[in-house]
Amino acid sequence: MISKRIVLKFPPRLVEQPVISRLVKVYNLEFNILKAYVTPKEEGLLVLELRGEEEDYQKGIDYLSKIGLNIQLVSQDVVRDEKKCTHCGACVTICPVGALVVDPKTRKILFDNDKCIVCELCVPACPPRAMEIHF
Amino acid sequence: MSKTVSEINEKIKRRKAVVLTAEEMIHFVDNKGVQCAAEEVDVVTTGTFGPMCSSGMIINIGHTKPRMKLNGICTLNDVPAYCGFAAVDIVLGVTSLPDDDPRNKDHPGEFRYGGGHVIQEFVAGKDIKLVARAYGTDCYPRKKLETWINIKDVNEAILFNPRNAYQNYNVAVNLSDETIYTYLGILKPQLGNANYCSAGQLSPLLNDPFFNTIGIGTKIFLGGSVGYVAWHGTQHNPIMRSKSKHIPSVSGGTLTVIGDLKQMKPEWLVGNSFLGYGATITVGIGIPIPILNEEMVKYTSVKDDDIFAPVVDYSNTYPQRKSDILCEVSYAQLKSGYIDVKGKRVPTASISSYSRAVEIAEMLKEWIQKGQFLLTEPVAPLPGPETGIQFKPLKERALN
Repeated sequence: MISKRIVLKFPPRLVEQPVISRLVKVYNLEFNILKAYVTPKEEGLLVLELRGEEEDYQKGIDYLSKIGLNIQLVSQDVVRDEKKCTHCGACVTICPVGALVVDPKTRKILFDNDKCIVCELCVPACPPRAMEIHF
Repeated sequence: MSKTVSEINEKIKRRKAVVLTAEEMIHFVDNKGVQCAAEEVDVVTTGTFGPMCSSGMIINIGHTKPRMKLNGICTLNDVPAYCGFAAVDIVLGVTSLPDDDPRNKDHPGEFRYGGGHVIQEFVAGKDIKLVARAYGTDCYPRKKLETWINIKDVNEAILFNPRNAYQNYNVAVNLSDETIYTYLGILKPQLGNANYCSAGQLSPLLNDPFFNTIGIGTKIFLGGSVGYVAWHGTQHNPIMRSKSKHIPSVSGGTLTVIGDLKQMKPEWLVGNSFLGYGATITVGIGIPIPILNEEMVKYTSVKDDDIFAPVVDYSNTYPQRKSDILCEVSYAQLKSGYIDVKGKRVPTASISSYSRAVEIAEMLKEWIQKGQFLLTEPVAPLPGPETGIQFKPLKERALN
């Protein structure tokens, strides 16, 4: 069993197709929608957690890329601009999943991409605006 | 055993001075004792890097041809600046916002760009757009000016901050049922988090609580370069009322600081946007404290465990200017990640950067060790608790 968080970008022609239900029916994958912007006739965006056997997961991903979806692992999507971050800590109690924590020794703020669910709450909460969404 | 500032400066010039950061001083005193520290240590360096709203710059842009007397308000990158002085002097405050910023119309507003951001870009050497109007006089006939300006071309660029380096500060919490947006960050409902803003044991005025060595004229680290203490800061409130005798539990003393912006660095003057509150700037300040005697050893070895800050509700108590405090907590507790308020375990976050404060204290230490930075004796003292000076609220009086 593996579980991965991915960002899917739908071109307008695929927005009205039942892509996710095929992942369940054909590829036997479980999904959990973390975030979605899907507007008819416009580009759609979906942040998903996909869970299943590794082989099924790979086949599902192959299917998604074959039909023309842009797929990115979630961890690539929130990026901290290291030059802007002042390591204050304003974000640490805002992040709901503990992806931003204080290193007790150095008092620097650590950002763990793997834990990030791209909820974006840290983006406006950061005083020097060091957290950026990269789609 | 006591020393004078000039004796310490002689040692600095010979590169023989023993300089420790306020963090290192704690360990030194723990290991070797107060008396030994008074003999061996010459200087303790402090630092703080937090948002400081009462900050701004003064610039003189040079005269236009034909001449023009800027009047009222001009804009720098669309951010309003004050020019109610002589012809071409301009003051920009860090919380100033462009006229077309939506503010909190769609609450909480983002406040992406304000005076603090302009100052950071100006210091970084970027061109800034100046737009100004004037009514025209016989000696200053020009009425309109639109130009790029650059820090390297203006005559003077001075950082002048009327209130920086608070001695201590509130810990902000929210007792209401809705999220609130404050200058101490986002506060989640029902004690969802607690935000504080001080470097604690490393903070300048907590290491010289009675202003024995820091006074008017004291040379300091300011914005990555050298600055000076110009005066006591506005809202200076040198009152002690704490569990520990030397620590103000209210905001305490503040400093007015000044320095040459042309020498400063954008890493140490960072424009900030506080969601739902406004724009401001984070300022880096570090102050060296001469270890003149055992008394200064005791002050500079103060620990986070001994410094207490009041926990205040920002949903009602603070905005309504009530005086109740929920409890007092130490900076050691705050740094542990959680504090207990009304029986609840509340996660904490800092708005001031401790790691950058450490960097400032280290930089200042290096400057002094290399003989590049000599200490100063105050020209005049800052008002201490004995003066009875207190921060007063406004007494409103009806106009009619």
